[in-house]
Amino acid sequence: MELDAAKMIGAGLAAIALAGVGIGMGTIFGNYLSAAIRNPSAAQKQFPTLLLGFALTEAIGLLALVIALLILFAF
Amino acid sequence: MATNPMHQFEVHRIGPSLSINGIDLSFTNSSLFMLISSALIIIFFIAGTRKVNIVPGKIQLLNELVFNFISKMINETVGPNARPYFPFILTIFLFILTLNMIGLLPYAFTVTSQIIITFFLAIVIFIGVTIVGFAKNGIGFLKIFAPSGVPIFLFPIIVAIEIISFLSRPVSLSVRLFANMLAGHTMLKVFGGFVVSLGIIGGWLPLSFSVALTALEILVAFLQAYVFAVLSCIYLNDALNMHH
Repeated sequence: MELDAAKMIGAGLAAIALAGVGIGMGTIFGNYLSAAIRNPSAAQKQFPTLLLGFALTEAIGLLALVIALLILFAF
Repeated sequence: MATNPMHQFEVHRIGPSLSINGIDLSFTNSSLFMLISSALIIIFFIAGTRKVNIVPGKIQLLNELVFNFISKMINETVGPNARPYFPFILTIFLFILTLNMIGLLPYAFTVTSQIIITFFLAIVIFIGVTIVGFAKNGIGFLKIFAPSGVPIFLFPIIVAIEIISFLSRPVSLSVRLFANMLAGHTMLKVFGGFVVSLGIIGGWLPLSFSVALTALEILVAFLQAYVFAVLSCIYLNDALNMHH
């Protein structure tokens, strides 16, 4: 197989990691919502924790993007 | 007329070429935007503290908002004995926030989309926190690699995993900021190219998506600066408050 074709396939495979990120995002926000509806007054205090969790999970998705870009353009 | 969406990330020289020993030190568009951001932050705080009232005027109110936001965040994550580190965390937060936001303007260069810039920001935090940890706890700082309550036969592998995750902190800090800025701005340019290539007939669809995407990018700019500051505080908490 040519190198370019293999690179394309590799970059496409790297995007499969986003499945895990999607599950993680849904878990974080779903748990926050169900807890916030039970205890709305305590929910406001944990909002920064929610943002932190969202950003850390998003970082994993972006690591997948970086791997795809590395495969496509650096090797 | 769709230009390459990666063209916005090119660093080019502005003004005269300055080179010492073969290392290119000339003034670039990256340096220009870092200067503009620093000047904006300094002007913001000078304007807010020019005439200080007990009941704040508009700009002083904004200054106090930013100040209280970071002060509360440091109090919650590290505790009150991290007061000496407050100016540093405030500077890091405001610098990254301004760099991210300025990059959203048309024809502006996003400085934090360069991996070398975010890498050095993260390395400063990492080395600083390590030095603080050793200065405050001596050689006992190495205890963070050995969490309590680990059965003795798992000890070597737990220590190895903890060391690897400690060393991956600057990598994750820098790559998170870099990849967020890179991906966001690339998407903005790609959809901008769609607007141009679809023309009058269908151009409204990618245009409305671009508007929503810009709003999201403003949120991401703020969020990434906040996450960088919060994670720096959490790493500082690991180093400062080891006895918890």
